[in-house]
Amino acid sequence: MSLTERWLSGKRVALFLLLMPLLLYLFFLILLPHLEILNISLRERVSYGVYEFSLGNYQAFFTEPLYWRTFLRTAVMSVLTTAITLVVAFPIAWYIAKVAQGKSRSVLFLACLIPFWVSELVRTYGWMILLRETGVISSLLQTLGLVDGPVEMLYNDVTVMVGLVYTSMLFMVVPLVSTLDGLDDSLVEAAYDLGGNGWHALKEVVIPYAMPGIVSGCIVVFMLTLGNYLTPTLLGGKDSLWFTEQIFTQFITRFNWEQGSAFGILLLVLSSLMVWLGLKLSRQSFTEAMGR
Amino acid sequence: MIASIPQSRAFPRTYLAYVTVFFVFLMAPLLVVAVFSLNDSLFPSLPWQGFTLDWFLADTPERTGLFHDKRIMASIGVSLIVASCVAVLSVLLAISNAFLFERQSFRGKSLLYSLMLVPLVIPGVILGISVLAFGSNVANGLEDNYGIDLEFLRPGLTMVILGQFSFISTICTLVISARLRKFDIQLEEAALNLGASRFDVFRTITLPWLRPAIIGSVIVAFLMSFENFNTTLVLVGSDAPLTITMFDRMREGSTPVLNAVSLLLMVASGGLALLSIFVQRKQPGRG
Repeated sequence: MSLTERWLSGKRVALFLLLMPLLLYLFFLILLPHLEILNISLRERVSYGVYEFSLGNYQAFFTEPLYWRTFLRTAVMSVLTTAITLVVAFPIAWYIAKVAQGKSRSVLFLACLIPFWVSELVRTYGWMILLRETGVISSLLQTLGLVDGPVEMLYNDVTVMVGLVYTSMLFMVVPLVSTLDGLDDSLVEAAYDLGGNGWHALKEVVIPYAMPGIVSGCIVVFMLTLGNYLTPTLLGGKDSLWFTEQIFTQFITRFNWEQGSAFGILLLVLSSLMVWLGLKLSRQSFTEAMGR
Repeated sequence: MIASIPQSRAFPRTYLAYVTVFFVFLMAPLLVVAVFSLNDSLFPSLPWQGFTLDWFLADTPERTGLFHDKRIMASIGVSLIVASCVAVLSVLLAISNAFLFERQSFRGKSLLYSLMLVPLVIPGVILGISVLAFGSNVANGLEDNYGIDLEFLRPGLTMVILGQFSFISTICTLVISARLRKFDIQLEEAALNLGASRFDVFRTITLPWLRPAIIGSVIVAFLMSFENFNTTLVLVGSDAPLTITMFDRMREGSTPVLNAVSLLLMVASGGLALLSIFVQRKQPGRG
């Protein structure tokens, strides 16, 4: 064997050894499991242990108003959460990237990270203590004499939304800060020099520049909100009607894996569609947006 | 603000006020959780009854403090085991993936890279149910056809570990790849020219370079696993990790013990987070 050949075969072995773990992982933990739920969603139990191909589970979704309304509601509220998170986070990201200097800059950035390091359960629990009937805000309002009796602020859509925005905040702030960081101040100055006002500079310079960060932030926030379970159930109560709840109910309470899988596939289709749409609208590739 | 830009005088003040309100919003829930774990009252609510450590230490019929609460302590143990396994598995796969994507070239590389990223955009609940369904299918098949009963493919800790590993490894891969990308390959070549073996080069040059990223991703993986809920909920068997136990308790009604666990979690994860930032800071040649 010549030297080159030996080198090549060594290279081959290395490639093979490095490929194996990834392929095994993708095959057994991602690909096959998802094909499995697709398969389960397309069958119906005829009798014990006997199954038949059927579209019944999908049909049930479209004919039962509770199911598709919950689905639509979850989708709309997720889009809304994403939009609100973006609007709230943008000035904060700008402040951290462009206004704050030196130490205060890294302190503020760290402060944004803190809630993320704490379990979502703890964060939601904090909101429950603040907002419930016997909660801190209700007590304070009573002490101040602003209200007569206890106020229940849990179990409504606004509260669910506040919780979702809170939980998502970090995933919007971080990509925004990292893109805004690279924006050259002189570009903004040029916009002003050319006679533009703040709004023009924002619309023509800052937002186009920050687009990659906006898109990756929005995708991640949307995904996390859509798949969230704790925040809607704990803050929204029994009637929160979140689609992931339906999936859990079918799998855990009703043992109806067929229906649950169909719901899972529908949720997956919705989320893939939204990610694809986001990338198309902003002309970004999937690997660019995710690798950030 | 960019100094040369004209702005009205009220603007900076309004802006600062907004930023302040935002950070109050960010910190308020965490603060109340922490404060009420130290309140001498049976319920985590106002009024303030005085300072106590009962919710950590007490062991009386009325009050069972965190450290005497057997169910919670046991589930912390379960979570620690799960998180350690997930962290080790994820980082090993991530190191292998990093070398694959940064050092090798082969056909279909970019497709494989996209596939590797896919778990990031799959909701956790779907990862959970798919792994559950696949595991059960394999287990049933083996049992019916060969009479082999593989207990670990049924809901339980192994499945929880596999489910969490399926998306946490992707995040670790991103962290370690980013670090490997900045490595100057000439360092390895120089060592090889000086007569070092491939293994020595890896051990003495490449690995030390990667160390901050490896430690950082171990910590991230550990924390993500520890706080995971969605994927865990469907895959869990009889041994419940902490998040599941806490969720059950929370639905039964809240007691200050929950606040005590939360404070413990905040302190522990805050400490780990600071450690990871410290490790990343110290890394040589950052930029």
